[in-house]
Amino acid sequence: MKKRTLTNTLTYAFLLIFTVIQVYPLFWLFTFSLKNNDEIFGGNVAGLPAHWLWGNYGKAWVDGNVGRYFINTLVVTLLTIGGTVVFAAMAGYAISRMKWKFQRTALTIFLLGLMIPIHAALLPLFVAYVKIKILNTYICLVIPYIAFALPLAIYIYVGFTEGIPKEMEESAFLDGCNIYRCFFRIILPLLKPVFATVTILTFINTWNEFMLASIFMTKSEMKTLTVGIQEMVGQFTTSWGPIGAALVMASIPTLFMYIVMSKEVQKSFITGAVKG
Amino acid sequence: MNRILSSKKNILVFMLPASLIFLSVMIIPIVATTYYSTLDWDGIGRGTFVGLENYFKIMGKNAYNFWPSVGHSFIVLLLSVLVQEPIAMVLALILGKGIKGESFFRTTFFIPMVVSTVVIAQLFIKVYHPQYGLLNVFLDTLGLDFLRQEWLADKGTALWAVFIPLIWQYIGYHMLLYYGAIKSVSTEVVEAAKIDGANYFQISTRILIPLITPVIETCVVIAVVGSLKTFDFVYIMTNGGPLGATDVPSTVMYDLLIKRNLYGQGSMVAVFIVAECLLFTVVLQTVFKKLRNTGGE
Repeated sequence: MKKRTLTNTLTYAFLLIFTVIQVYPLFWLFTFSLKNNDEIFGGNVAGLPAHWLWGNYGKAWVDGNVGRYFINTLVVTLLTIGGTVVFAAMAGYAISRMKWKFQRTALTIFLLGLMIPIHAALLPLFVAYVKIKILNTYICLVIPYIAFALPLAIYIYVGFTEGIPKEMEESAFLDGCNIYRCFFRIILPLLKPVFATVTILTFINTWNEFMLASIFMTKSEMKTLTVGIQEMVGQFTTSWGPIGAALVMASIPTLFMYIVMSKEVQKSFITGAVKG
Repeated sequence: MNRILSSKKNILVFMLPASLIFLSVMIIPIVATTYYSTLDWDGIGRGTFVGLENYFKIMGKNAYNFWPSVGHSFIVLLLSVLVQEPIAMVLALILGKGIKGESFFRTTFFIPMVVSTVVIAQLFIKVYHPQYGLLNVFLDTLGLDFLRQEWLADKGTALWAVFIPLIWQYIGYHMLLYYGAIKSVSTEVVEAAKIDGANYFQISTRILIPLITPVIETCVVIAVVGSLKTFDFVYIMTNGGPLGATDVPSTVMYDLLIKRNLYGQGSMVAVFIVAECLLFTVVLQTVFKKLRNTGGE
């Protein structure tokens, strides 16, 4: 019995230490986002702020342009989610339900996309965007983001659609319903559970993407958060407070979603773990 | 019904948007990048075809710190597989046992995964700050001030310093995947082993881990491919420095494409990264397949 309590105590000690390691840096970020340099450089690096300077947030949002970056990211993310959800559902339906010769081949080709790093698309897209003059537009990020979200989304849809009984569509078709009505009225509503998964994964990936955004968005007013923060950090260099505030604000949407629906988010990541 | 579902027009309409986007962002660019890698091209005007010269120059003559950068990505790869995966597995096994607070710990460990790499990289730049960074201040408090370092500016520590936030971010993800797999193992198997007198360590090594090999495979592939592609942390925290000590293929590629406008040579590095990722995926899948087959005998 004694041995068991000891193992138990050690286990919990280990887990608690790990919890601190995983959470404390983020908590520290929050504390220094509310401090000024006098305090940080005056010796209070790790403690709670003496005065909670919420003004740092206003400074970052307005002077640091974070507000603008935030809106850009929001627009790009929403367009990407919308495009991915609808286009993947359509292709998924065609692959799993319609009858044609190359259904399996089409699925295999889409799934190969899981193995392609974003590096492959970078320069050709850049060259094409320069030619048709759409650098620094929302669409120039949305298209590749949708493309890289599609394979997984299609995979998830196909798996799910195959489990939907065919009777519902059959009777709808017999009633003279055309394919578009049938798809948007009957199939899409049935796909709701997978929408959540696809939306969560696409949301987090798109919100946090950096490489493409840093190349395609060069004008300050079009930058997304990940890229804009780099510029903002350069501008504020040694003012830790506003930089911290910007980092916190950039993380709020995804963190908030995670706090509100952590189970759902974890489930989505498990579903989304298809070896690339 | 069959008529509607096999109508060529309907199929085309439903496949069109996804196919067009996929074709223009994945298929065509892969072909284009491969073609660009055979050009001498600065992005202005048309490039001249030079065959495999870019490959000879970069791989053969080790230009732009190429092979060291590949070496660094392999160090990251080894650390991910040998350090991150075992820790993630141990955590998952502890939590999967069904202890009190299981879901609290699981939820907490995963938090860094939903924060952007840019935020984490910037945060760790502050953690490593020579004067006011959390790490050095912490060492002072413990009276270990002789261990103080300029973590990101020192050639000896920079690569490790960049690697730590990477593990820190992804460990919860791998833990979650293992945890999910362990939880899906039927309780009857575990109960039966318990009745036979097996302790949890034996149950873990003899039953749980062998049963979840498919997920181990997935995690290893994700870790390996992720390491080979790694970019964000290195680019933001050190941009390959000091003196190339943290260069990885992705930062070399970025430098060639964006900073030096050497489109041909940059594309060559891109082709290398893509080929490397595909090769490792296929090799790992084959290895795991062999492993499963011998395990089944």
